[in-house]
Amino acid sequence: MNPAKPNPLTFQELILRLQAFWAERGCVLQQPYDVEVGAGTMAPETFLRVLGPKPYKVAYVQPSRRPADGRYGENPNRLFKHMQLQVILKPPPENVQELYLESLGAIGIDLRQHDIKFEEDNWEAPTLSAWGVGWQVMLDGLEITQFTYFQQCGGVDLFPISVELTYGLERIGAFLQDVDSIYDIVWARDPETGRATTYGDVRLADELQFSVYNFELADVEKTWKHFELCEAECKGLLDRYAAPKDKTEGGGISRSKSRFPLLAAYDLCLKCSHLFNILDARGAISVTERVGVIARVRALAVGIAKAWVDQQQSEAAGEKLDEPDPVVKKVHTKRSEKLSPVGL
Amino acid sequence: MPDFLLEIGCEEIPARMIDGASQELRERVVALLIRERLAAGGIAGFDTPRRLAVLASGIPAAQSDVTEQVNGPSVTVAYRDGQPTPAAHAFAKKSGVDVSQLERITTAKGEYLAAKVTKKGRSAGEILVENLPKELSSIYWPKNMYWRKAGERFVRPVRWVVAMLDGETIPLEFDGVWAGMTSRGHRMLSQGAVTISRAGSAYVDALRAAKVLGRSEREQQIRKGLDSATRTISGARWREDKSLLDTVMNLTEFPSVVMGGFDPRFLALPEEVLVTVMRDHQKYFAVEDAEHKLLPHFLAVLNTDCDRNGLIRHGNERVLRARFSDARFFWETDQKRSLLERLDLLRHVTFQKDLGSYHEKTRRVQRLCSWLSEIVKQSRMAIRPGVIHKAAALAKTDLTTELVKEFTELQGIVGGLYARAQELDSSLPEATRFAIADAIYDHYKPESTEDEVPRSMEGAVLSIGDKADTIAGMFSLGMIPSGSKDPFALRRQANGIVKVIAEKKLPLRLSDMMRDARAGYQGSDAEKKFVDDAKFSESVRAFFRERLEFYLKDVRGYAYDVVKAVLAADAEGVVDAVARAEAVKQVLHMAEFLAIGAACKRMRNILRQAEEKGIEPAVKFEYLPEAAEEEKTLMAYMERTDGRVEAHRHKKEYLDALLLLSTAREPVDKFFDKVMVMVEDKKVRANRLALLRTLLKEFSTIADFSEIVTEGKS
Repeated sequence: MNPAKPNPLTFQELILRLQAFWAERGCVLQQPYDVEVGAGTMAPETFLRVLGPKPYKVAYVQPSRRPADGRYGENPNRLFKHMQLQVILKPPPENVQELYLESLGAIGIDLRQHDIKFEEDNWEAPTLSAWGVGWQVMLDGLEITQFTYFQQCGGVDLFPISVELTYGLERIGAFLQDVDSIYDIVWARDPETGRATTYGDVRLADELQFSVYNFELADVEKTWKHFELCEAECKGLLDRYAAPKDKTEGGGISRSKSRFPLLAAYDLCLKCSHLFNILDARGAISVTERVGVIARVRALAVGIAKAWVDQQQSEAAGEKLDEPDPVVKKVHTKRSEKLSPVGL
Repeated sequence: MPDFLLEIGCEEIPARMIDGASQELRERVVALLIRERLAAGGIAGFDTPRRLAVLASGIPAAQSDVTEQVNGPSVTVAYRDGQPTPAAHAFAKKSGVDVSQLERITTAKGEYLAAKVTKKGRSAGEILVENLPKELSSIYWPKNMYWRKAGERFVRPVRWVVAMLDGETIPLEFDGVWAGMTSRGHRMLSQGAVTISRAGSAYVDALRAAKVLGRSEREQQIRKGLDSATRTISGARWREDKSLLDTVMNLTEFPSVVMGGFDPRFLALPEEVLVTVMRDHQKYFAVEDAEHKLLPHFLAVLNTDCDRNGLIRHGNERVLRARFSDARFFWETDQKRSLLERLDLLRHVTFQKDLGSYHEKTRRVQRLCSWLSEIVKQSRMAIRPGVIHKAAALAKTDLTTELVKEFTELQGIVGGLYARAQELDSSLPEATRFAIADAIYDHYKPESTEDEVPRSMEGAVLSIGDKADTIAGMFSLGMIPSGSKDPFALRRQANGIVKVIAEKKLPLRLSDMMRDARAGYQGSDAEKKFVDDAKFSESVRAFFRERLEFYLKDVRGYAYDVVKAVLAADAEGVVDAVARAEAVKQVLHMAEFLAIGAACKRMRNILRQAEEKGIEPAVKFEYLPEAAEEEKTLMAYMERTDGRVEAHRHKKEYLDALLLLSTAREPVDKFFDKVMVMVEDKKVRANRLALLRTLLKEFSTIADFSEIVTEGKS
């Protein structure tokens, strides 16, 4: 018996349908962020976009790495790296719950045949100094989505607030296909031969090898060194942002605030967070250190959030010179111009 | 007399908050109506996860007009030569009447002007529109949010409001939503919008048609559903669970029940684990046979009318299977490392950031428990210090197990189960090993005032030692609970300590115990951040006194004044305080004690006044030649009974001691009738003061009778 349809969606069809649904509702479809993150929330498309007054709508799949959750590919329900489909709506539309329920219809779930409940679940991420209130959405007893109204991010009160919808793709996939192991989910089906490629085919090696690395082989000393280097560079950038404008700075970095690479600083912060997670999984962080290290990562995240808000404000106030906007379109044009000669 | 309806439509309100908020809203509306002279004929609440509503029947359409007298300036100021002055005109103008209509009233201060001012009553609609938003935004939520404006907070976004007087809406705005006549039905089982034709029962009927039921109807429907689903299995019954029932009631607008099953092989896992997964994680009711043994079935409460194609049952079974498989996987993985081996891993588990690891805590609790068991042993109670020592060593090791990481609410219980399953020390007899396991299993108990205390003496001492260590550490850091702030649940833990001491009748004194607990931190890094001894002792004593007061009053049900009287004598020995409270309660109805209470107050006053005047009592009272007859009688009485009262008290026969003391009434009363204490003769006065002091001390060792409220008691 199958909960949805005789021909349930493959894993990739599930992703495509959700992306199409949200694209049709005005979301920018972003691609997964290319730095390791523990959750879709940590990608800059959420962490930084929810700050400041600019409305924004975005959807993206985010593979999320949690080294300590690895199980060598042996546990059918747990993964070191799972995939979230993340939707940010800023500000949240009034009918956001209805929109969300509609999206379930788009992946073939007929809600009149199922039991859906919104159960209180408040989200908090101490390393990001971020929190919100909301629900876990339960479908026939299965938690399929985290639904959160952000209230604070990087220690900054948000206005307007954003709503974050985080779909647990593996859970939904296993539900739709009615399989007991994540690894049995059909990821893709060859339209000609009908041959199925499973989640296990695509990801099992990944789970096994990273479990070995994270739990057994990651070099503690070097990982610490990486952590410290990333932290130092991130801090250095933040200090320079905070310092009064220094026109003599080489390369003229301080000619304009909007030119300042806070996005790069944030990447470094994400790397610290991930390296911390590896050290933690490796059992390399002692009791006394642990709280302290979390506080160090949080200090970076909070520093970046504050600086980012400041940068956005000065842009809005017209402080920018003739420099490209760091996030919006112009960057693309600029980059492609610069890159094309190098690019093959 | 129109009916009034208010419905706040909201995104799903957390189940745990609905009952409290609904009641508060009802109370606020009642208070508002009374305050505004619009008291309703009847009031009812209606709540579901998506709405809070109040129905008030028969409220006045408008406030009645009221005439009040307003006082003005004095006549001497208001009239000069019989003519009204500007002061009189100003007062008349302010009061809205003509000067000729002003009256004169006579007060103690003289003659004044007064005016009868009629205030026109305002319409109910006007009053409600003006006042309700403030009432609504004042409702208390344990956690709220903003979504539209900073500072505008409610539990979840408000999506619709219905506010009607009979068939008419009133122009009420709350959190940016204007009231209308449109409510909403069940998310899946209705078309959505529901038009409410008028306030009153039409509202409830319209919602019922849209598959939204009120609380009691939902409860009935769930109970019926549970019963009929369980009947399909012969001999089965569902396990009653009040808090689970409350939760699922507040997660549904139109509930129904499905029964699902699981592989009977999972029954090999401990029942505690299975029930926790079902109840806490999945909100399922467990199914058992006549002997209370679990059956491989569960009952899920749905927020829809039925499970037509069995898809919902299938889905829930799938989830439970995964959960149980995980639990089994964890159970098996955990066995690869015994609890003994896990002790060292506690070095990596933080107890509290300034107080170090659980490994350090374990060592402290072990030491503290061995002191406590020594005290218990000295009073000849049966206790096995060896069992406590081993149990204390292993009590926290389950924090490193996968099962506890997954199901944190099973901490302690899992440790107990593992200790039982693992051969911890083959040199120990089985009975000892099981005693260790049971002590670990029970050591978080009692988790609430209703919860039971540990079964064994060893479990009891471990439970106390663990909690005392936590409280000592936190108080030493100055982290003292205040108001609603008690993040480490220290009040609950202290309540647990008091309850265990009382029910196990342990000879522990609270401040001594806490001093021992604090001593456990000596030489640790944490000590540098500690407050000094005096500050610690004072805060801990006050804290435990409150907890003991709470226990006597709220758990044991002793009257407030009895508790106060008993604790004024001593608030350190829990068992003793209970015994004294019981004795005092028994004698309280006696006329003798009412008289003694009054006499005690009198003695206290006299002694205080003497002290204020710097008059010292004699060191010891004696038979002076000048002594009055009644004075001698009282002295003789005291010498006669003193030893016997003391003997009773020593044997903790408080009732006997009190009954004996009750015979003091006569000599005491006579003494106060005839003898004056504060006489001129210094020697006589000092002697009489000494007599009173001794007497008061005698009376106050069991309870301070001057605290007893005498009014209303016969």
